[in-house]
Amino acid sequence: MWGIIRQKVGAGGISAPSMQRIRPAVSAWRSYSSSGKEMTVRDALNSALDEEMSADPKVYVMGEEVGEYQGAYKITKGLLDKFGPERVVDTPITEAGFAGIGVGSAYYGLRPVIEFMTFNFSMQAIDHIINSAAKSNYMSAGQINVPIVFRGPNGAAAGVGAQHSQCFAAWYASLPGLKVLAPYSSEDARGLLKAAIRDPDPVVFLENELLYGESFPVSAEVLDSSFCLPIGKAKIEREGKDVTITAFSKMVGYALKAAEMLAKEGISAEVINLRSIRPLDRATINASVRKTNRLVTVEEGYAQHGVGAEICTSVIEDSFGYLDAPVERISGADVPTPYAANLERMAFPQVEDIVRAAQRACFRSVPMAAAA
Amino acid sequence: MFQSVDFPGGRVAFTSEMSFIAESSEKRVKCYRVLDDNGHPMSSRFEQVSKEVAVKMYSSMVTLQIMDTIFYEAQRQGRLSFYLTSNGEEAINIASAAALSPDDVVLPQYREPGVLIWRGFTMQEFANQCFGNKADYGKGRQMPIHYGSNKHNYFTVSSPIATQLPQAVGAAYSVKMDRRDACVVTYFGDGGSSEGDFHASLNFAAVMEAPVVFICRNNGWAISTPTSEQFRSDGIVVKGQAYGVRSIRVDGNDALAVYGAIHAAREMAIREQRPILVEALTYRVGHHSTSDDSTKYRPADEIQRWKISRNPLARFRKWIERNGWLNDEDESELRDNVRKQLLHAIQVAERTEKPPLEDLFTDVYDHLPSNLQEQEKLLRDTIEKHPQDYPAGVPV
Repeated sequence: MWGIIRQKVGAGGISAPSMQRIRPAVSAWRSYSSSGKEMTVRDALNSALDEEMSADPKVYVMGEEVGEYQGAYKITKGLLDKFGPERVVDTPITEAGFAGIGVGSAYYGLRPVIEFMTFNFSMQAIDHIINSAAKSNYMSAGQINVPIVFRGPNGAAAGVGAQHSQCFAAWYASLPGLKVLAPYSSEDARGLLKAAIRDPDPVVFLENELLYGESFPVSAEVLDSSFCLPIGKAKIEREGKDVTITAFSKMVGYALKAAEMLAKEGISAEVINLRSIRPLDRATINASVRKTNRLVTVEEGYAQHGVGAEICTSVIEDSFGYLDAPVERISGADVPTPYAANLERMAFPQVEDIVRAAQRACFRSVPMAAAA
Repeated sequence: MFQSVDFPGGRVAFTSEMSFIAESSEKRVKCYRVLDDNGHPMSSRFEQVSKEVAVKMYSSMVTLQIMDTIFYEAQRQGRLSFYLTSNGEEAINIASAAALSPDDVVLPQYREPGVLIWRGFTMQEFANQCFGNKADYGKGRQMPIHYGSNKHNYFTVSSPIATQLPQAVGAAYSVKMDRRDACVVTYFGDGGSSEGDFHASLNFAAVMEAPVVFICRNNGWAISTPTSEQFRSDGIVVKGQAYGVRSIRVDGNDALAVYGAIHAAREMAIREQRPILVEALTYRVGHHSTSDDSTKYRPADEIQRWKISRNPLARFRKWIERNGWLNDEDESELRDNVRKQLLHAIQVAERTEKPPLEDLFTDVYDHLPSNLQEQEKLLRDTIEKHPQDYPAGVPV
């Protein structure tokens, strides 16, 4: 709200609660109930696959290097030994081939989990994902349903260049017939992957390479093999009252860091972890904006036709009267991802970008264009 | 001196003579045939068919031919939006289907409605799909000729070319895991063999040891592209060995040859758990579809020659007649019956209501999501407010 007084931030002299700490890469720990146990996203995904494969013999994993090599990113580690080559299938290098084979096996009753080494390579198979998996149930009038999961790392890694760094959330989420999920924490990874495997519809499951090694606290409930998160529900990672920040995947961590920095200035940011890109939890987003009256959308992907564009339109359609400021959209730079570390850093949103966007939403007296 | 070395992939013998494998053999791969042009068996060793099966095969070929003629006409009259025929490929359609079991799963391209005819799909069911009415199993979601029927083990036709090939391998993997006494059969054309999916699926099927029979209808034309511009290999049969897949070339206009080859292929696929490739040579007598006029790119007399003197029905008919299993009277009675059935089916299909409005929104997902429920409600409200903008006679 406009009545916020900007607190002076001296060097280390802040009258914030004693919970202030030097933050590691992961900034969400405060939001979780403590059970003492921590788990990496990698282990979360691995355990989810393990449990779902144990529970249902029709579930199987297929992709390049998933078996003998234990997975290009070790997500499928140990599964070959436990379940055997019939259920952990190493494939020749043909995304079109194994995506098509996965779809065909799903047509006929199996529940495949297809791994793309990165979603950048999924483009070689995108016809099977779009024209076969997504549309078959509709075109066959329910005779052919496709309970398939396409998973793999999506978005930027570090220093891998344009063909390994694109975020495909907006592309896949634009299509009816698909569900698109993007986990952030280990809890997300476990709950959403289990939900995806159990879901009768085709699901695109967008992971992030840099999050695989991140540790998050997990409660006993999360560790239980029956744990499952609902598809289509976002999570409020941090409650706030001055500005809503939406994000998914790695950007959730950045948004939480930004919220910390904003708190020092007296701006209370509410961070929403979308978890589900399609269906998008418009209800949660709109309820939050109706509370805070300001919105910043954050994504790694490109601005044009992106997730933020959709969220912005949804808020304008449903909550226009509640907005006190234009929606701020933070996204990747409109360039193929450069390789050089300094250039790469500038091509993707950084915490400071999110902080500045929230500030503009809160304090702006001069529009961006005029200030440029 | 070593005569061979075990490189990755196996031991290979050396030669000090540098020679390249020719881009094609001197002789083309021979084509398996049973009946000569006059319907005489060229050898006594062929897969026999009983009178019952032979007559059913011939009747089905006739049915397919008449169905094609009448539906094509209906499109020309503006009663259907689109149609494509299987003229000239009746033997491939019917004889291959006859050699399969009803448990074999079929993933078609789009020029194989004869397989459905053989399995008992009725004229009415065909007409319903073409007219997209409420009795259509596809709920009016697909263009004409995109038939699909779970109960006939025939997967819904999908327009993109060759996508059904790796899907067939996947389905075969499922059949293999279930250890069922069945195989998967998938069809594609000469043009389809250029798609990336073709190569991925043959390769993969061999590696996975999947029980799939790949049937290529090499009919010489992919819309206006002749095979000479589609590939430079000796047809499709030679590609099998490149992927480690056993293959055969067969005369696609010879019903008994097709029957025999598919019968054998199926048995090998199931017993040995391996893929088999069958290339059936034939000619696409009709245009690619109702959107095409093939006289623009090929000589009319070439089409006539295949239509008249290389007709698969005529050749098979001669063999059946000589066996005393069918005569002219039977045939004209059959043709009459089929025509009547079809015309009736079209009339009924045309008059049957279109699918209800709710079918616009169902089956996008397993459960109707809230946003689609909202959209449906909005749509119904709009129709109520502005009924004059909504087509009369279409159910709400």
